Amino acid sequence: MDYFLSEEQEMIVEIARQITDERIIPQRAELDEKDEFPRAILGEMARADLFGVPIPEEFGGFGGGCLDIVLALEQLGRGCIGVGTAFAASSLGIYPILIAGSQEMREKYLPDVASGKKFAAFGLTEANAGSDASGIQTTAVLDGDEWVLNGTKQWITNGGEAQIYTVVAITDRSKGARGASMLVVEEGDPGFSCGPKEKKMGIRASSTTELIFKDCRIPKDRLIGRKGTGFITVMKTLDSSRPGIAALGLGLAQGALDEAASYAKQRVQFGKPIMAFQAVQHMLADMAIQLEAARSLVYGAARHIDAHPNNMSKVSSMCKVFATDMAMKVATDAVQVMGGYGYMREYPVEKMMRDAKILQIYEGTNQIQRNVVGQELNKEYTRA
Amino acid sequence: MKIIVCIKQVPDAKDVRLDPKTNTLAREGVQSIMNPYDQHAVEEAVRLKELLGGEVTVLSMGPPQAEEVLRQAISCGADHAVVVSDRAFAGADTWATSYTLAKAVNVIGAFDLVLCGKQAIDGDTAQVGPGLAMRLQIPYVTCVQKVREATNSGLVLERMMDDGYDVLALDFPALLTVVKNINEPRVPSLKGKMRAKKVEIRKLTAADIGADPAFIGLPGSPTQVVKVFPPEARCIRTVFTGSLDEQIGQLVDSLQSYL
Repeated sequence: MDYFLSEEQEMIVEIARQITDERIIPQRAELDEKDEFPRAILGEMARADLFGVPIPEEFGGFGGGCLDIVLALEQLGRGCIGVGTAFAASSLGIYPILIAGSQEMREKYLPDVASGKKFAAFGLTEANAGSDASGIQTTAVLDGDEWVLNGTKQWITNGGEAQIYTVVAITDRSKGARGASMLVVEEGDPGFSCGPKEKKMGIRASSTTELIFKDCRIPKDRLIGRKGTGFITVMKTLDSSRPGIAALGLGLAQGALDEAASYAKQRVQFGKPIMAFQAVQHMLADMAIQLEAARSLVYGAARHIDAHPNNMSKVSSMCKVFATDMAMKVATDAVQVMGGYGYMREYPVEKMMRDAKILQIYEGTNQIQRNVVGQELNKEYTRA
Repeated sequence: MKIIVCIKQVPDAKDVRLDPKTNTLAREGVQSIMNPYDQHAVEEAVRLKELLGGEVTVLSMGPPQAEEVLRQAISCGADHAVVVSDRAFAGADTWATSYTLAKAVNVIGAFDLVLCGKQAIDGDTAQVGPGLAMRLQIPYVTCVQKVREATNSGLVLERMMDDGYDVLALDFPALLTVVKNINEPRVPSLKGKMRAKKVEIRKLTAADIGADPAFIGLPGSPTQVVKVFPPEARCIRTVFTGSLDEQIGQLVDSLQSYL
């Protein structure tokens, strides 16, 4: 379908497609097998200016919107959502600075992330604070001119690889949700370390670690925005980033459909390519229909977000749920179409099926997204 | 450091057909690409510029559509683009082409280094690079597989040979032709693509470069193509059957019959 992309958007797609076809696809099986962080590929993306897409021009970026980043991530996701996640997590990590940081803070951190010289990471989740972010235990206490952080963040994407971490900590427990703040921690800050790399089911090219703060001291001016605005910044950050996860789902599903359909054309059983059997054709047709429906929703949501940045929660959650549930289903069906071959590691759909699962879990589980949509509906119908 | 890279637009080798009547390449409807060796020449030029400073000019002789590959080179980091295009150049062989390019290089002005791909994948002659160097009266090295050292006065290079490589040093000005393992060409950047869209491409005609009509195009080409034909397809297919061991046995027997 023609989505009437602009000339600049077509350029973003071309560049991301070339990196995916020439760099990611030939290496993805090895990166997965070895749990290897894709430094060289990310370097190529940096040189191609992709890290600058979501960053304003005044900080060395391209000044792109939600749809621009969605288009890039969709292409990367077609190759490997592990690589796509490492890339996306760097954007996620700087969104709090973009959304709530001071001008000095933006000038300090954004240019290096735009050029890909530094990676960022976002630290929210803890052992007892996942879907329920109010369970956060990490604290930041002001001591003279320094914040002192204590606590442990869990499952942080780009942990150990990033140089800039935006972290949520409780600065005033008595104030509940208004007692959380966001701060910037840098690699090498005293008292800050990352745990060992977690062993995951999928997206194994991406790095996932704990962030450990033991009397970690950072300068006072590392506070992002005002004290106590941490949760608002977190919510705005996730609202902005969720369409990117939806886009990884689109790409993954496209990759799975491409594999399954070309396999079905050449696999012969009962004297015919299995594409000739209606049972297989219908599965492929359903995959294509669901994928295009999701793409329409994600692009539409992204355009809505670019036009109405203050009213994005509902569409952001809607497109994340729909596209990632679709990706899981399409990846599973791709394995089914390819039968025993699909289940083997020699073929890419086995990895796609393992990878797809995380899309329904991270950046807010799909159950939490439905809560968001449900609460928005509740508000809308109360008003009416 | 001023570098000129000569690039050629060629039909995509994945898509090449011969016109059975005229025995010439059927170019209609065939995708055109930058000659793959030339992509490596552009990449090496941009790397040298990033290392030493200066600017990279890409030059192509061809029809006006050659602009496409020049814009591609700009998107990958080249600074300026020049197309030498004139009906009078049609039918040029390597002799006339190297004359034309040399005239164009003289119009572009002073340079330290000229880079070319080893050969073009359509003609496969590998003659234009050395021919151009002779016309420009500068030293040249063909089949460069690595630049070991680079300064503003010269280079230390590895030249690929059948049985290893030579290490050579040369001073500027000079010309190199490069092979594919010299580097991995980069993916174009977003800023590069935007610049490529807007950049003005300098257009030069036969008159602009002061070419003598007797030395260009068909009249200036001593090479006469008498006949072009696709080689007869020779393909003997043998399918071995049985257990893996039996198949290996059959393969070994079959190979031995050729010894």
